[in-house]
Amino acid sequence: MSYTKRKDGRKFDEMRKIKAEVGVIKNANGSAKFQIGDTIAIAAVYGPRNLYPKFLQNPEEGKLRCNYNMLSFSVDERIRPGPSRRSKEIGLVTERALSPTVNLKEFPNAVVDVFVEIIQADAGTRCAGICAAAMALADAGIPMKDLVSAVSVGKVGDKLVVDLDKSEEDYEEGATDMPVAILPRSDEISLLQLDGEMEAKEIIKALEMAKKACLELNKIQKEAIRKKYKGEGK
Amino acid sequence: MDNINKEYLMQILNKKIRTDGRKFEDYRDIEIETDISKNAEGSAKVRIGETEVIVGVKLEVGTPYPDNPDEGTIIVGAEFLQMANPEFESGPPSVQSVELSRVVDRGIRESKAIDFKKLCIEEGKKVWLVLIDIYAINDDGNMQDAASLAALAALSNTKMPKYDKETEKVDYKERKGKLPLSKMPIECSLAKIGEHILVDPGLDEERLLDAKLTVASIGNKIHAMQKAGVGTLKVEEVETMLKLAIEKNKKALEKINKK
Repeated sequence: MSYTKRKDGRKFDEMRKIKAEVGVIKNANGSAKFQIGDTIAIAAVYGPRNLYPKFLQNPEEGKLRCNYNMLSFSVDERIRPGPSRRSKEIGLVTERALSPTVNLKEFPNAVVDVFVEIIQADAGTRCAGICAAAMALADAGIPMKDLVSAVSVGKVGDKLVVDLDKSEEDYEEGATDMPVAILPRSDEISLLQLDGEMEAKEIIKALEMAKKACLELNKIQKEAIRKKYKGEGK
Repeated sequence: MDNINKEYLMQILNKKIRTDGRKFEDYRDIEIETDISKNAEGSAKVRIGETEVIVGVKLEVGTPYPDNPDEGTIIVGAEFLQMANPEFESGPPSVQSVELSRVVDRGIRESKAIDFKKLCIEEGKKVWLVLIDIYAINDDGNMQDAASLAALAALSNTKMPKYDKETEKVDYKERKGKLPLSKMPIECSLAKIGEHILVDPGLDEERLLDAKLTVASIGNKIHAMQKAGVGTLKVEEVETMLKLAIEKNKKALEKINKK
């Protein structure tokens, strides 16, 4: 059951090609596009703005609300438009992935809305969405203590790998998918899920691989943000 | 329901005990009862302390997914009944109940606990759908573990109804044979509160926790994980949690096998 070579020739700890861009949606307070291989996510941030209905308002801290959605044509078999159980759960875990970095105390009674749309999917969509959302939050000027990065790691056949594509997720002899989000400054984990079969020591090793990959991702995200703001304020 | 605050909870936890006197690595008492509802093909009630969840399994004949024409499937739903917690509201399923049922589903599916091929009646046309419905009766924290345990207990107690190929009808009164369930993926939830790692969080602990990790495992194989809570985890903490989850799954398994 040996997985000897990745289809696209990548090393086992190598991510697909990444493209990041900030400021892609004019109306939004902040926005970003993040592409990893053939997976493309865009994210837009609106707010802080008033939270309604009013009873949801909290005078002590604001709320981060994330919405994740896949466009109907983003996969082979069309997805019925509108929220699904899966998209609701991913919205929730996206919120948790980003929340530890956002200083919610700075906008009491308010909400920051994050909208993630998957334009094209080739696995790793929730992680791509989180990367885009973190950049969009930074672009919107939301006070944050770190810029979250996320990548899916896991096991394909007998090998631990970084950034599985769809063909690897569907690997016949078995694959395990483990999405991870990291706060690079403190090395803390804010998203952790797993589907498949792994042993504890493999999970720990895969987490270390995710950390390393996220550092690389983080540079690309920051570079994209810098690029937009370079020259401003002169 | 008493609402203790975080400072007070931390004061207690710093003394290495919990508000209900448990040690950090202790579960509350677990009780499993099967066959609680006659018309279901399988059913069970699980109590973990005061948390109570009931699960019923119904079987229906349906069409298979095009990509797995020779396999039946499971459909897991969860409803947080309003009687279970004063904070639960009526209306469409909350995102929390969606998450709970999806994590139960993933533990069973990813560990291949059920042989879906044995649920095929006619390839490409008819398969058994196993509908697993979870109801929260009383929420005193950690409904996730109670729900998954109850689902497993109900599945292991499920008898297949009779399907008549001629009339294409299911006879629910005549049941024979067991559901092809071969493994028990036990879910164990661990809370991180401050620097402390606690097994089986109670209601107050669940409300005040920083992060939670649910781990579905069989022996030393881990088949599903789900992190909850808005706080973060360090790699060392994940390591501790995985170790505890594997340790705890043996005990839960003994309980369920006695049934």
